Amino acid sequence: MIYKGIIFAIAYVLLAPFVGGFLEGVDRKISARMQRRVGPPVLQPFYDVRKLLNKQTISVMTAQTFLLMTYMVLMILTGFMFFYGTDILMCFFVMSTGATFLYFASVVTSSPYSSIGAQRELIQMMAYEPAVLLSCVGFYLAAGTFQVAEIAGGDHLSYFLQLPGFFVAFVFILTIKMRKSPFDISTSHHAHQELIKGVTTEMGSKNLAIFQITEWYENVFLMGVVGLFFVNSNVYSVIVAIVAILLVYFLEILIDNSSARMKWADMLKLSWVVTLFSAGVNLIILMVIR
Amino acid sequence: MAKIKKSPWVLHYDGSSCNGCDIEVLACLTPVYDAERLGIINTGDPMQADIFLITGGINSQNAATVKQLYDQMPRPKVVVAVGVCACTGGVFKDCYNIQGGVDTVIPVDVYVPGCAARPQAIIDGIAQGIEIFQKRWDEHHELKKNKGEVSK
Repeated sequence: MIYKGIIFAIAYVLLAPFVGGFLEGVDRKISARMQRRVGPPVLQPFYDVRKLLNKQTISVMTAQTFLLMTYMVLMILTGFMFFYGTDILMCFFVMSTGATFLYFASVVTSSPYSSIGAQRELIQMMAYEPAVLLSCVGFYLAAGTFQVAEIAGGDHLSYFLQLPGFFVAFVFILTIKMRKSPFDISTSHHAHQELIKGVTTEMGSKNLAIFQITEWYENVFLMGVVGLFFVNSNVYSVIVAIVAILLVYFLEILIDNSSARMKWADMLKLSWVVTLFSAGVNLIILMVIR
Repeated sequence: MAKIKKSPWVLHYDGSSCNGCDIEVLACLTPVYDAERLGIINTGDPMQADIFLITGGINSQNAATVKQLYDQMPRPKVVVAVGVCACTGGVFKDCYNIQGGVDTVIPVDVYVPGCAARPQAIIDGIAQGIEIFQKRWDEHHELKKNKGEVSK
């Protein structure tokens, strides 16, 4: 069991940037097709990062690189712990700590655009954190444990059948986490928002590359959590999980391309209402049944 | 040597343009011309940009801004002047406030003439800019390598 965990965890550390980058390339291609464009090559995100790593580094604050590196290390640690099979609650706490370092990295430059972007990043954390914590509670109620290895390795039906409300809430906040429209208020993949680039405004060349790679790690981890709703000890459940992950990813792209950016207050209200209704109702039902 | 030319990110600045060229620059990004298929992204951020696209002439108000934007861009960088106003000052050349083309403040690499410049011409200008962008990096890399050999 431990060996299996270590293999998964090391595979995550080594392969996640490639999987994440590839998924982003596919994302950009599909987005382009949805807009009736040809779109960039699938490997475009890798070309972008390679270029960013080869450009001159200009940083407003030297501390920024350190803070971003911490963000990346904590994000890798989150995924490492998750795929190793430890406590899922702990994984999310480490992720939130990492996100705080991103806040510091952009607020340290004291640029107005990146400062406002950083404030919005905190609001985003407030918006998604309840759904994330409730998902952990849901897993605990269904599986009787917080250990990822035991949740994923149990001999049971997919927890999705017990936790559909939690799944809806988690997919909803995934839009915030993946910085997709309508919730890309702190920074956007698309050109020209009112904050220039929000959080990443003062990040150039190497710093932006670090940010980009961390995003890839983060996306793979989040997709892993989506998969956790479906996986059990049966091998075929992995295939179901992968199909579910691809469907969720496609859904996010569709939402991204068919909606306009929201105001932060609306985002906060909407995400809390959805969390409360879908995850909350699911929680009550689960507790009544047990 | 790294091929950095596959990912040229553009910073678009409107000098004192009549907006004719700006609309054509934005047209490049629409589905009809789809500049993103070449990896071109229109970023609003000089720190993340590689190619500086300027429309309109330089006047006493925007000269400092153009210079600062150019300085904020990390090397290697390329400047493309779009439209005849950005090239020479155009019809506004003799106005009391116009200093002339973009090359009166910063070095320009590619001139794209036209009033307004056509999207095809703009994309061609950027494509030529991309080659210069790659060449600059190669030369810099070569220089660094030779310097290393000398010091050894």
